[in-house]
Amino acid sequence: MPTYAAPSPQREPHIVVRNLTMAFGNFVVMRDLSFTIGRGDIFIIMGGSGCGKSTLLRHLIGLEEPARGEVFYDGESFTKADAGTRRDVLRHIGVLFQSGALWSSMTLSENVAMPLAAYTDLSPPEVRELACLKLALVGLKGFEDYYPSQISGGMQKRAGLARAMALDPDILLFDEPSAGLDPISSRLLDDLILDLRDSLGSTIAVVTHELSSIFTIGDNSVFLDVESRTMIASGNPKDLLAHCDLPNVHRFLTRGGDEGSPERKP
Amino acid sequence: MLARVGSAVLRLSEGLVEWFRFIGELTLAIGRMARLRASFPRADFAYLVQQAGAEALGIVTLVSFLVGLILAFMGALQLLRFGASIYVADLVGIGMSREMGAVMTAVVMAGRTGAAYAAQLGTMKVTQEIDALTTFGFNPIEYLVLPRILALCLMMPLLCLYSDLMGLFGGIVVGTGMLDLSIAQYWKETVAAVHLTDFGLGLFKALLFGVLIALAGCLRGTQSGRSASAVGDAATEAVVTSIVLIIVTDGSLAVICNVLGI
Repeated sequence: MPTYAAPSPQREPHIVVRNLTMAFGNFVVMRDLSFTIGRGDIFIIMGGSGCGKSTLLRHLIGLEEPARGEVFYDGESFTKADAGTRRDVLRHIGVLFQSGALWSSMTLSENVAMPLAAYTDLSPPEVRELACLKLALVGLKGFEDYYPSQISGGMQKRAGLARAMALDPDILLFDEPSAGLDPISSRLLDDLILDLRDSLGSTIAVVTHELSSIFTIGDNSVFLDVESRTMIASGNPKDLLAHCDLPNVHRFLTRGGDEGSPERKP
Repeated sequence: MLARVGSAVLRLSEGLVEWFRFIGELTLAIGRMARLRASFPRADFAYLVQQAGAEALGIVTLVSFLVGLILAFMGALQLLRFGASIYVADLVGIGMSREMGAVMTAVVMAGRTGAAYAAQLGTMKVTQEIDALTTFGFNPIEYLVLPRILALCLMMPLLCLYSDLMGLFGGIVVGTGMLDLSIAQYWKETVAAVHLTDFGLGLFKALLFGVLIALAGCLRGTQSGRSASAVGDAATEAVVTSIVLIIVTDGSLAVICNVLGI
């Protein structure tokens, strides 16, 4: 299978994925994935629906065990680490799940406050204040005492983002952050992700197939190909658009491009 | 045929491994709790206690009263032939305190609370809430399973005691209404027939059944697939597993008590 690797700026490796094969029983989702996410990079994991992007994210945080290969954080193997070491690593990672994954028995402020109360020495009023601040940052001021079931899906996602940012983590992993958001909210979220990287220096990995987000925020990327069940391209998304001539990548990045659906042809 | 037997054995062994892993993780969580290192939201625990206790009183009252009533009625039909109707009080008293109070409370709680635990945890799995706990470094067994088991262990003996009393009340209704016994006669015979050991055995069974129901509910919930139908299946499996465990354990305890002369 031909592959393409666009040149990308060499940053200090923060997350390294080496020869990762993901499988459920005998069904191989993706095989031989190897890529490096540099410190402070916004790294896009892209590919068609059902190719295993979210599954890859789950492997990065240990929610699924690889069939083969390893994931390294700061040069240390996460895959082979014991449960205590894994927990220590995870404390420095904030995750926004596809559905928001807010704890439904808690209000939004309690959701954001829970990690703050568990891992900081702040007093309860300070924790509450900081939780409200994080919620305000994602535009949820005034909704602090609402339960997840009382707000819309987009708002749940933003609250999930506030919770992911609660501990100012070194690494942020976002699973389809723009899905379900209107174009303006989606654009604001992109700006927020760029702000987070610039102000906190966080390393950010984003699973998405929203082209506008990919080109706006992505420094580096990997393309997972559903047909060959492996990665076939990597590099800056704009470089991939300009120089990668692999048909599957080109079609994806041009929304079908020249070979788009018949009804789009003149 | 051979392949089917083989796959059935494999499934059974996988199921057992999951039970042992779950119980192992729970034991570690209980160990952390004993060293005051475990933590779970206090508000959630209070709600779980209320759900497994006060909110179950209505159905436990109805079922236990009727079971006491049925026991007394069936006993009365036979005992009347021998002019021994006063022994209905013995039958109901011993039957409720040793067996039926604990078993009926357990069956009600398996259908009510065990299924609710499986559905709650299954839904939390579907909505990735359990994944979110894990990625924040919180132990889901400690946060979700431990408080549920504690709540049920705390409430089951109390509900069992309440069920015993409701059953006795059902017996009194038959005794006074059908057998022309006075309340004082019935009560005196009950007090003479039922010993503290009988109540103790019933309460011990209730505690044990509480652990089994909570374990089955939480295990099936955490094993649930990631769809609405899978959550329904998990709730059904939780009830079936709980009831099988309750009956098997109760049978085993009956034999053990007989051998030990309790």
